[in-house]
Amino acid sequence: MRFTATGRIALQALRRNKLRSALTALGIIIGVGAVIAMVGIGNGAKAQVEAQIASIGQNVILVFSGSMTRSGVHSGWGGAGTLTVDDAQAIAREVPDAAAVSPEVRTFTQVAAGNQNWSSQVLGESADYFAIRQWSLADGTGFTDQDVRGATKVAVIGRTAARQLFGDESPVGQIVRIKNVPFTIVGLLTAKGLSVMGSDQDDVVVVPYTSGMKRIMGTTTLRAILVQTSDAGSLNLVQQQITALLRQRHRIGPGRDDDFTVRSQQEIADMATATAKVMRVLLGAIASVSLLVGGIGIMNIMLVSVTERTREIGIRMAVGARGRDVLLQFLSEAVTLSSLGGGLGVLLGVGTAKLLSAVAGWPTLISVSSIVIAFLFSAAVGIFFGFYPARKASQLDPIEALRYE
Amino acid sequence: MAAVIQLDDVHKTYDTGDVAVHAVRGVTLTIAAGDFAAVMGASGSGKSTLMNLIGCLDRPTRGRYALDGTDVSGLDRDALAVIRNRKLGFVFQNFNLLARTSALENVELPLLYAPDHLSPEQQRERASRALETVGLTNRAGHIPSQLSGGQQQRVAIARALVNEPALLLADEPTGNLDSQTGVEIMGVFQRLNDAGMTVVMVTHESDIAQFARRTIVMRDGVVITDAPVRGRTLAGGATS
Repeated sequence: MRFTATGRIALQALRRNKLRSALTALGIIIGVGAVIAMVGIGNGAKAQVEAQIASIGQNVILVFSGSMTRSGVHSGWGGAGTLTVDDAQAIAREVPDAAAVSPEVRTFTQVAAGNQNWSSQVLGESADYFAIRQWSLADGTGFTDQDVRGATKVAVIGRTAARQLFGDESPVGQIVRIKNVPFTIVGLLTAKGLSVMGSDQDDVVVVPYTSGMKRIMGTTTLRAILVQTSDAGSLNLVQQQITALLRQRHRIGPGRDDDFTVRSQQEIADMATATAKVMRVLLGAIASVSLLVGGIGIMNIMLVSVTERTREIGIRMAVGARGRDVLLQFLSEAVTLSSLGGGLGVLLGVGTAKLLSAVAGWPTLISVSSIVIAFLFSAAVGIFFGFYPARKASQLDPIEALRYE
Repeated sequence: MAAVIQLDDVHKTYDTGDVAVHAVRGVTLTIAAGDFAAVMGASGSGKSTLMNLIGCLDRPTRGRYALDGTDVSGLDRDALAVIRNRKLGFVFQNFNLLARTSALENVELPLLYAPDHLSPEQQRERASRALETVGLTNRAGHIPSQLSGGQQQRVAIARALVNEPALLLADEPTGNLDSQTGVEIMGVFQRLNDAGMTVVMVTHESDIAQFARRTIVMRDGVVITDAPVRGRTLAGGATS
C-alpha cells in the first residue's frame, strides 16, 4: 500500500467523524498554541531583560556602600554610608582603567513644579553619569563638572517625572522644587524604560551629587560609586583594584569582611538572565504538559476508534490488508490529527502572543525555530500516542474482528 | 481440471485452556477449478472453521492445504494476507461493507492492498468493471445505507471479484436476505460460476444449497456426505 493511499484512507476516516476529529485535534491545538505563546512570552521577557541590562551601561562596575547591621537587622546596600566622595576620587585617581567615575546619592522624595507635585527618585551624580549609562538627552544639556564643583541648582529630568510635572510642555528652563529647593531644569533625558528590577528608570531627577548632598539630603556619605572601565577585558582587574584600594582606605584588616560591595554589570546581567531563564523553562514546562494532555487525548480517541472500527479492521484484513497496513493507517490518522492540530495550534499561539502584546503590553518574541519545533513535536506526539492503538489494531485476529458486533 | 482447493487430512484444534476443542478433525477434500460447492452442516459441525481455513483467515493445526497450487499451511499472518488479497474473494452474510463509503470505494478496497500498485484511475476503472459485472453501475456513488440488502450483497460480490481471485468464498450469502433476493444473488453466483469462477459457499439452507453443483455436509468436524446436486435449481439465465 502506498503512502498516498494511506493518507487518503486516514483523511477519509477523519472526515467521517468530523466533530470528534475536531475535538481531538483541539487538545493538540491548545497544547501547541500554549507552547508557542508561552515560549514567545518567555523570549520576550528575556529580550526585555537583556535590553534593560544594556541600559545599565557598558563595562560598568557598581560599588555599593556596605550594609549596616544594628541589633541583628541588616539594612540594604548603601545603608551604612561607608563610602565617601574621597573614596570616589581615590578610585578615579589610583585605578588606571577606571575611565569614568560617578559618586551617587539618591533619595525618594517629593518634587514640585508650579501647582503639580510628584514623588520621584532624586539622584545625585557626577557629570560623567550620562556617559556611563549611555543615556542621551532628548532636549537641553546635561550638567558640567563646573556645576558639580559649584553645587549648582541645576537638574536633568527623566521622561516620566517630566510628564507628571509639566505634562506635554517642555521642561527645559523650568523650575523644579526638590524639598523646597528650586532647581533649574537644563535637560530632558530620553526614555529608558523599566529597570532590571522592574522600576521605572524614567521617573527620575538627576542633580549634581554635590548639590544633592548639601542642598537636598544633607549627607556626607555616598550610596554607591559608579565606575566605567575603558574596556570589557579590564572589568575583573578594576574590580580587584577597587576592592584592594577601598579595603586599604577603610583600614579593613585581613580576614575581616568588606564594608562595601563591588558588583560588575556582568554579574547583575547573569543574575537577571538566570531569572528570565527559569521563567522561560517554567512557562515551557507548563505548556508542554498541555501538549502531553493533548497527546493522551489522541491516544484515548484512537483506542475508542480502534474498538469501534474492529469490524472495519476485520474487513480490511479479509481483503488483504497486512498488519503493517493497518498499523500505518491508524498511525497516519493519529499523525494527521496531531499535525493538523499542530498547524492550527501554531496559528493560535502566534495569535495569542500578538494579542497579549497588544492588550496586556507584554513583550513577546516568536522565533521561527519555536514554531518549527512545536509543529514537529506535535507530529511526534501523534506517532508516540498513536502507536499503541495502531499496534493494537494491527494485531487483531481477522476472524474475531469480522465477528465483532 | 486443476484443483483450486486441496485439503489433506486437515485438523484444527482450539486450545481453550482446560479442554482442547477439535473443530475440524481430519478433512480431505479437493475442489476443482470451475466447481460450485455448498458446505452444509448444523452449527458446531465445523463448517465455519473449515471456511476460515479455506479462506486463509486461519491456519490448520495439522495437515496440508494447497490453494491454487500453493501450499499455504505454513504461511505467517502477513503472507496469508497477501494470499487473501490475490487469490480469494469473500462474501459475508452481513455484507461487511464500509459504512459511509461509496459502493465504488468499497469495491476498490482490495486494490488498495494489492502488491501491483495501480494508479487511482486504474483502480477506479477496475472497480467500475466489477460493479458492472453485478449490474450496479448506476449505484456506484451510493453509500451502503442507501442500498437495499440485495444491492449491498452485490457490491460485496463486486469487491470479492475486483482482484480476479481464483476462488470466491461465500459465508451464508443469503442469510440476511429475503428469499427472492436470495435467489437473485444465487443467480449472480451461477453466472459467475458458468463463466469459470470457482465458488465455495457455506449455507444451512438446503434449498440454497440446491443452486450449487455439489454439496458437502459436515458433522462433528468431519465430512459425512460429499455428493453432486441432483435436480439443481437454476436462478435463470444460467446453464446446468
